Amino acid sequence: MADALRIKLTGRMILVLVFGFLYLPIAVLVLLSFNESGLPTSWSGFSLRWYVALAGNSDILHAAWNTLVVAVVATLIATVLGTMLAIGMETRKRRSTPLEALAFSPMVIPDIVLAVALLTLFSRLNVTMGLHTIIISHVIFDLAFVCSVVRARLKNFDFSIVEASRDLGASSFTTFWRVTFPVLLPAIIAGALLAFTLSVDEFIIAFFTAGAGRASITLPMQIYSMIRFGVTPEINALATLVMGVSATVLLISQWLNKEQMTR
Amino acid sequence: MFSQTARSNLMAFPAIAWLGLFMIVPCLIVFAYAFLTRGLYGGVEYTLTSENFVRVFDPLYAKIFLTSVRIAGLATLFAILIAYPAAYAICLAPKRLQPILLFFAVLPFWSNYLIRTYAWIVLLNREGLINNLLRWLGYDGEPLSLLYSEGAVIVGLVYNYLPFVILAIYSSLSRLNGELVEASRDLGAGRVRTFWRVTLPLTMPGVAAGGVFIFVLSIGNFVTPALLGGGRFQMIGNLVYDQFLTANDWPFGAALGMVLIAVMVALLLLQARASARFSGETAEARHG
Amino acid sequence: MNERMPKPVLSVDTVVKHFGKTVAVNGISLDIRENEFFALLGPSGCGKTTLLRMIAGFEVPDNGVIRLGERDITRDAPEKRPLNLMFQSYALFPHMTVWRNLAYGLEMEGLPRGEIATRVDGMLKTTDLTALAGRKPSELSGGQKQRVALARALIKRPKVLLLDEPLGALDKKLREKMQLELKRLQNEVGITFIIVTHDQEEALVMADRIAVLRDGNILQCGTPQEIYERPANRFVAGFIGMMNFIDGEIGADALFRAGGQALACDVDGLKRNAPAVLAVRPENIRLDPAGTGVSGTVVDVAYHGLDRQLYVKTALSPAPLQVRVAATGPDEAAARTGAGVSLGFDAAACRLFQE
Repeated sequence: MADALRIKLTGRMILVLVFGFLYLPIAVLVLLSFNESGLPTSWSGFSLRWYVALAGNSDILHAAWNTLVVAVVATLIATVLGTMLAIGMETRKRRSTPLEALAFSPMVIPDIVLAVALLTLFSRLNVTMGLHTIIISHVIFDLAFVCSVVRARLKNFDFSIVEASRDLGASSFTTFWRVTFPVLLPAIIAGALLAFTLSVDEFIIAFFTAGAGRASITLPMQIYSMIRFGVTPEINALATLVMGVSATVLLISQWLNKEQMTR
Repeated sequence: MFSQTARSNLMAFPAIAWLGLFMIVPCLIVFAYAFLTRGLYGGVEYTLTSENFVRVFDPLYAKIFLTSVRIAGLATLFAILIAYPAAYAICLAPKRLQPILLFFAVLPFWSNYLIRTYAWIVLLNREGLINNLLRWLGYDGEPLSLLYSEGAVIVGLVYNYLPFVILAIYSSLSRLNGELVEASRDLGAGRVRTFWRVTLPLTMPGVAAGGVFIFVLSIGNFVTPALLGGGRFQMIGNLVYDQFLTANDWPFGAALGMVLIAVMVALLLLQARASARFSGETAEARHG
Repeated sequence: MNERMPKPVLSVDTVVKHFGKTVAVNGISLDIRENEFFALLGPSGCGKTTLLRMIAGFEVPDNGVIRLGERDITRDAPEKRPLNLMFQSYALFPHMTVWRNLAYGLEMEGLPRGEIATRVDGMLKTTDLTALAGRKPSELSGGQKQRVALARALIKRPKVLLLDEPLGALDKKLREKMQLELKRLQNEVGITFIIVTHDQEEALVMADRIAVLRDGNILQCGTPQEIYERPANRFVAGFIGMMNFIDGEIGADALFRAGGQALACDVDGLKRNAPAVLAVRPENIRLDPAGTGVSGTVVDVAYHGLDRQLYVKTALSPAPLQVRVAATGPDEAAARTGAGVSLGFDAAACRLFQE
């Protein structure tokens, strides 16, 4: 039927338009980052000068370093906590609705509310804010995402292999290390990478919990102030790099978790 | 040794403690703050008052609420109107391609949203790409003032959250039992009527989930209105930001935050209830 | 064939359908008569469901024509064909009540609300579903869902009703009951039914005519009795009912030989001095007085209430032959493991096949 063909073509066209809409702004930034002139008015030749300028911009490098520290530490803590939470939740005999809500809530709470709540807490406790407060705050939603990814893997986990291990003489501890953990490892890593990406990109909570001064500024905060107060073309190069890193990390995370996709 | 339940609880404990201390307690403090009075030099005085909540309903702020609801609502509407056809188109693609298409549809969502918002500044600016393109095509008049308007904010919000709405609708759509569509055609309904009477009602849970997501996040957003709206108008998010960081009126900011949470909880409950009602149907919709 | 055959209500003419490199339907032609209960029977993958879907309009043939009466419907959209399909999984609309499910098809015809209400209420009464009218499909049992699915299709008074494995999801007892129900219904309503099934017993019970399919081709088309008693080839013979197969050879003297024994059989049209397979049903082998027939030993006995199935080892074939004998009567004594028996073959009931 010509009808079916028409539908197929319309479908393709819709996808082209929507993907175009989604990727056009990104493509523009990437192109601009290589544009000699750095301006959208004209293309004056391929150049890496903005990337070079980036490497020399101490503010940006400082912010990038901070971001890295925050993301790595927060991810480590969140991965441990989140995995333990996931295992704790999935090995229960009965679902606990309050627990489910608790594990779910960091993902749905509006970040501005969480941000001001944390600001309030830290100021009440008279805590000096800095990278450590950002890290503490990031762990909150990072662990929720890790937990969610690991739980999804646990739902497909055949617990009888744990029983088989015990039956063959292994203690609980050995069973965990040699049976449960290796099977979960891809999901744990995938969750960790996801959390890492989120922490690297997170702006609002960092903004509120970084405290005064430029010491603990993160990359998104730096980008925000650049956008508000003075855009230089280096920002396009920075944007491209950050997006490239996020995309790579996500691809790896997805590849590790691909058996989940084909479920 | 330890029972299974004790062990499970022990495992979950550290995370629960963290969330309790750093999420629940702060939220409770904010909740408490909403009932306190603002101190003379910032900070709080321990005088209980409901004045903050009264102020929330002041006409001045009511206007901001309405603006926020309108902008978030429009963003939600447009996002759904774009996401549904996109999700449908993905469902029409060969089965092996669908996860790949979905991955690329969702990928932008995981990148830094400041950057994504900034990209729109580049596009919509008076010296930005769109104006340059128009010039290149021969347009001679005043550069279009696309940025710093409500429209720009809506575009920014739609752009930011569209991937997730596509994902939510695709989730629902892909689980629909194809035989129901065939049965409708067999009984005499054409493609359009089949869509209205069968496909759309049965995919409503996905649409609702996506819609609530974008609405809740848009309402509390302050970055997009700040960057793309140019400070011309305020949304609730900007208001909260102001109270905490410039006006130093934390109790009032807390009250506003509580209102935001109330809206979010109300919507989530509604959506959960609608989902539960549909779930008996969606199980049928999947297996028949 | 009868020259005064009435014009078929549905005719399928050399229809071909490929899926990629696989040929699902390989040039099938069929004529289905008015008011008949027709069965498409075959193992999974034989093309029967594809053929049904092409008739319903959900697949388009690569080649060939499908006609409903005079009208060529090969490329018509499903909603434009005056036939209806009852889905294997029922496909009831989960968000509509039983009443609205039934009304749906009539709404699509644009009938006035009053008439729709009358017909729906009437159909509910006929199918004994009135008490369930307000329920949603998730609140119905399997048997109830099946009745609703049937009612939803019948209410539109289609010329032809297509049924895709309608009884597959039901348990055995319900299935047997429904087989007779469907047959009775078809008689009363007077519509042509085309049913797709892999269950040959079901086809034998319900159908007026059966087409046996394999790998996209029709192997035989005829009444249940024709197919059972005179299968056209080895596959059909083995697919329907129980059958013994004996490999052997047709000699120059037109006798079938296997394991040193000779059997007289109809060898019309078959090659002499060539291998052949003898097919004979268990009920067509007798226990003869000792010394007169083929001798054998009983290796197994299965009791079936009314009769017994004996498994008899003979020189005719490596596998034991299945022989059906009455449970009581003269053969009762012989029905013991280890007993020596003599088998007699009814020449008229034996069929010979050559590749």
